[in-house]
Amino acid sequence: MQIARVVGTVVATHKHGAFEGAKLLLVQPVGLDDTPRGPTLLAVDSVGAGVTERVLIVQEGRAAGEALGRKGAPVDTAIVGIIDSVDVQE
Amino acid sequence: MQMARVIGDVVATRKDDGLSGITLLVLQPIAADGTNAGRTLVAVDSVGAGVGETVFFVRGKEASFPFHPTEVPADAGIVGIIDQWYVG
Repeated sequence: MQIARVVGTVVATHKHGAFEGAKLLLVQPVGLDDTPRGPTLLAVDSVGAGVTERVLIVQEGRAAGEALGRKGAPVDTAIVGIIDSVDVQE
Repeated sequence: MQMARVIGDVVATRKDDGLSGITLLVLQPIAADGTNAGRTLVAVDSVGAGVGETVFFVRGKEASFPFHPTEVPADAGIVGIIDQWYVG
């Protein structure tokens, strides 16, 4: 899993049926020091995350489908947690 | 699978139900000489690893297998604690 910052929301009227009712957010993966790393991603959200929050994302199809509650959904990224704190000891 | 050092932990109160009660640890992948190799990541832990330990982990859907039949939405999981390793 990766740490990411929610940077925006996405509205898409025309989409695959598996996305019906799903919330799509724009997330920017970040390092432990909160600096951006890699491209911005679209993630389905099932935990109620909001813009500016730091979240935990999975980037794997089956895990993302589980998070969405729909197996076999054409998704590869999902928000699975809202991070309260990260404690790094080095 | 890859070797990594456990360098921290993550607290997330609001999360997917499948992650309830599961420890989330921050990993720094390492090379055979013990130096950092690649980006840090967060992994689920099924073996009771702790900060400071060297572990090995899997990527992909296999990360959730140790928790079967619970469906854990994870893409990286610690599956062993390394006592020591030798090169060449």
